[in-house]
Amino acid sequence: MDTSGTGRSARRGMDTLIFRTMAPYLTALMVLFSVFVLLRGHNEPGGGFIGGLIAASAFAILGIASGVSAVRRALWFDPITIAAAGLAASALAGIVSLFADVPFMTALWVFPNIFGTEVALSTPMLFDIGVYLVVTGAITAIALALEEREDD
Amino acid sequence: MAASDAPFIFIALIAPFLAAVAAPALTRVLGHWAALPLALVPAGIFAFFCRALGDVAGGQAFTGGYLWVPSFNVSYSWLIDGLSLTFVLLISGIGALILLYAGGYLKGHPQQGRFFSFILMFMGSMLGVVVSDSFLMLFIYWELTSITSFLLIGFDHSREASRRAAIQALVVTGGGGLALLAGLILVWNVTGVSTISLLIEYAPALKASPYYFAALLLILGGAFTKSAQFPFHFWLPNAMEAPTPVSAYLHSATMVKAGVFLLMRLQPAFGDTAPWETILPVFGGATLLAGTVIGLRQTDLKLMLAYTTVASLGLLVMMTGFGTPHALESAALYLVAHALFKGALFMVAGAVDHEAGTRDITRLGGLWRAMPVTFAAAMLAALSMGGLPPFLGFLAKEEVYEALAGGNPRAIAFTLAAVIGNGLMFALAFAVALKPFVGAERPLPGPHHGSEAGTEAGAPPSALPGTSPARGEIGQRHPPHIHEAPFLMLIGPVVLAISGLMAGIFSGAFHAAISAPMASAIAHEAREITISAIPHLSLPFALSLATIALGVIVYLLLDRAREAAAAALESIGWGPDQGFDQAMRGLIRGAHLVTTRIQAGRLETYIMVVFITIAAALLLPMAIFSEWPTWPAWPADAGFHELVIFAIAVIGLFAVVVAGDRLTAIVSLGIQGFSVAVIFMLYGAPDLAFTQFMVETLSVVILALVMTRLDLQPSDHRHGRELVKDAIIALACGVGFAALLLRAVQAPFNTSLTDFFNAWSKVVAHGSNVVNVIIVDFRGTDTLGEIAVVTITGLAILALIRIRGTGTVKPADNDPERSA
Repeated sequence: MDTSGTGRSARRGMDTLIFRTMAPYLTALMVLFSVFVLLRGHNEPGGGFIGGLIAASAFAILGIASGVSAVRRALWFDPITIAAAGLAASALAGIVSLFADVPFMTALWVFPNIFGTEVALSTPMLFDIGVYLVVTGAITAIALALEEREDD
Repeated sequence: MAASDAPFIFIALIAPFLAAVAAPALTRVLGHWAALPLALVPAGIFAFFCRALGDVAGGQAFTGGYLWVPSFNVSYSWLIDGLSLTFVLLISGIGALILLYAGGYLKGHPQQGRFFSFILMFMGSMLGVVVSDSFLMLFIYWELTSITSFLLIGFDHSREASRRAAIQALVVTGGGGLALLAGLILVWNVTGVSTISLLIEYAPALKASPYYFAALLLILGGAFTKSAQFPFHFWLPNAMEAPTPVSAYLHSATMVKAGVFLLMRLQPAFGDTAPWETILPVFGGATLLAGTVIGLRQTDLKLMLAYTTVASLGLLVMMTGFGTPHALESAALYLVAHALFKGALFMVAGAVDHEAGTRDITRLGGLWRAMPVTFAAAMLAALSMGGLPPFLGFLAKEEVYEALAGGNPRAIAFTLAAVIGNGLMFALAFAVALKPFVGAERPLPGPHHGSEAGTEAGAPPSALPGTSPARGEIGQRHPPHIHEAPFLMLIGPVVLAISGLMAGIFSGAFHAAISAPMASAIAHEAREITISAIPHLSLPFALSLATIALGVIVYLLLDRAREAAAAALESIGWGPDQGFDQAMRGLIRGAHLVTTRIQAGRLETYIMVVFITIAAALLLPMAIFSEWPTWPAWPADAGFHELVIFAIAVIGLFAVVVAGDRLTAIVSLGIQGFSVAVIFMLYGAPDLAFTQFMVETLSVVILALVMTRLDLQPSDHRHGRELVKDAIIALACGVGFAALLLRAVQAPFNTSLTDFFNAWSKVVAHGSNVVNVIIVDFRGTDTLGEIAVVTITGLAILALIRIRGTGTVKPADNDPERSA
């Protein structure tokens, strides 16, 4: 190890051509997978929390490989805004119940028939999407802020 | 008014708050003319409640309301009888006039909309206090008046004196509110009732209870702080920092009367006992004398009025607790009379300040020519305050003397206090209403209008005359043209002053409609008031003449009386006002001492304390209760792959300990974490394993990034004893967790929760992944709290990283010695 600081050497170690080339594809795959994990979560292993962790890892990897500004451009929204939106979505999922005259956070389900397929939509699903966004947003915000340097 | 009016009463009670929301926008559109539509709200409330006058005069009381927290027997319920109706009419009637007045007084002020909003919120809170039947509703509105008055007193928040006065009022009245809450809860526990109307029926039980005295003291703590009784009187004069409409409203007619109102309201429940008839008159009498004597030394119009308000409140408390026939009637009469004349005089003082540019009585003179209407209103109000026939103030004072006069030593002492107090108030009334208007015309700073009013309206009202000499000089160079106050500022004082005269002249109708029902409600039995404005030869009339004679003498010798009062007060030196500052300084110093001791600012210390606490929490209970786990048997059927994974975890740990630099240690910790995740996977917890994988990955990445960011030394700097100490703490934590987990597994496992979730997850929550169903459905509210914490943590970490990044933000210096 050199003496200029652990971080810089770590960064240089990960900064290989293969990694930089592969990272965008890896990130795309991981984000897709995270959405899959989120949506299957109600019946199979998975859910918003794990999905959010996967998505956050994906953005952290992209940040190390292609720089923070690339991730910020790709995300479009500020990550902490994504977290706040998720929190709002989850709270909304609870509040919707109040309008149906049942206690806060009581689950409501509808099963509309879309193109011949019965789709289960529910307030817990909206809630789980909120969890996903909060975890993704908050951890990505921290990771990107840590990756950010003056020269980025 | 009938039972079907309940929804309208509720609307009337929330209307001021709704108007408060609309006020800023309305003011942006209409400017200071927004006062007109806004004043319609209290005027409408006034008109609505006037409909109840007839029924209430007939001895009826209206109760009603809604359930609020049924499980605790808490309701939102009101009680409208003679007492609360009088207060409602005063609050809404004077409130409407004050809104108009403020429209003129703060014309062009950039924050006028905010001011309207605050004062309407205060109005709503005050209405709530006086109509409350439920204890808890009373307390909440009570504290709302403290909070809104904090906003109003500190309205001109760029000046330190305003901020100090606002905080002082909040601490004193808010603290008293907490005492009131304790007292109400005590009463609630003793009697089992939570409404005032029921409490009155339980009065004998309450008075017989051993907790009666404690409850009385706590409730007096609330009432005396709110109504500025000695020794809590100091916040009221300081509150004159507020713009004058606030003083005219809060500090004459409404807020400060809340304490007196509470005493009157609880009189049937608490009154007629030895402590009640001792404490109230003694403190009331002391307040009356202290208020008038300190008032004498002032030269600022508002401060003179403020101290006479303190004195009047003392008189009211004294009469409420005096316990003789006519005492409660006199308190009822005096309360209404005081609200009318004091509100008018405050508005006059504001008008004088607004037009002449100063409130210093030694610099004012000869204004009657320029401000004839203001002068007339001032004279009418002062005649009532001085207690001259045929004004309402005269009736009230006669009734006071009627109640006090008697042959026993107690009656003689309090009669003397009342004569001296009333005599000095007479002198002060005319000092305020006459001195600025008569005599030679003087050079004055001149009117201040527009945005200037905001900063100048509350210009130091202080005990130091001539604090603004600069403006005086300007005035001398350019003699200003002083003219009558604008129309909006004249309505209030004129209407109030004339009301005081009319109520005195038509005393029969006034007694029937207002004062007799009010006195009956205070006494909780039918009372009649017969006093009229026609002087008749009697002992009270002789006392009145003595009072007037004393007042005239003091007025003529006012300058010498002021010097005498100042000398007497300076010889005492210390007052509760300084005491408040000393207490606040002590509090800050104490807090700083404790904080520097606990928060040393070294991360290593914090982490060490945290881990020692964790180890102690894990190990001590097991050691004390001998609950150690038994040593587990080696599993005979452990497969080879399981042993390999176990070995990798141990190697990972070993690598952490021997690692030469931090990055290697972090990655090695990841090895151990992944091994544990694989173990979870093997034993049928895919969700847990999944999460563990991701958490481990992200931990390694983020820890590595933190290292980069912080530019730490690449290797560990600890040596020798430090290393041994940290190793012991780490081992204790590890052993503790291991022992806890082993012990938990060895205890018989209660499967009722597992069974419940397995049985119902699919049926009621449409999900077969039980873990996820628990997170998003069964315990969704928990998760909502957790993700809120995650979001806030993210924000906090971002802030920390950015501070570190720029390096320019320094932590606040909280040392009271240095900042002072």
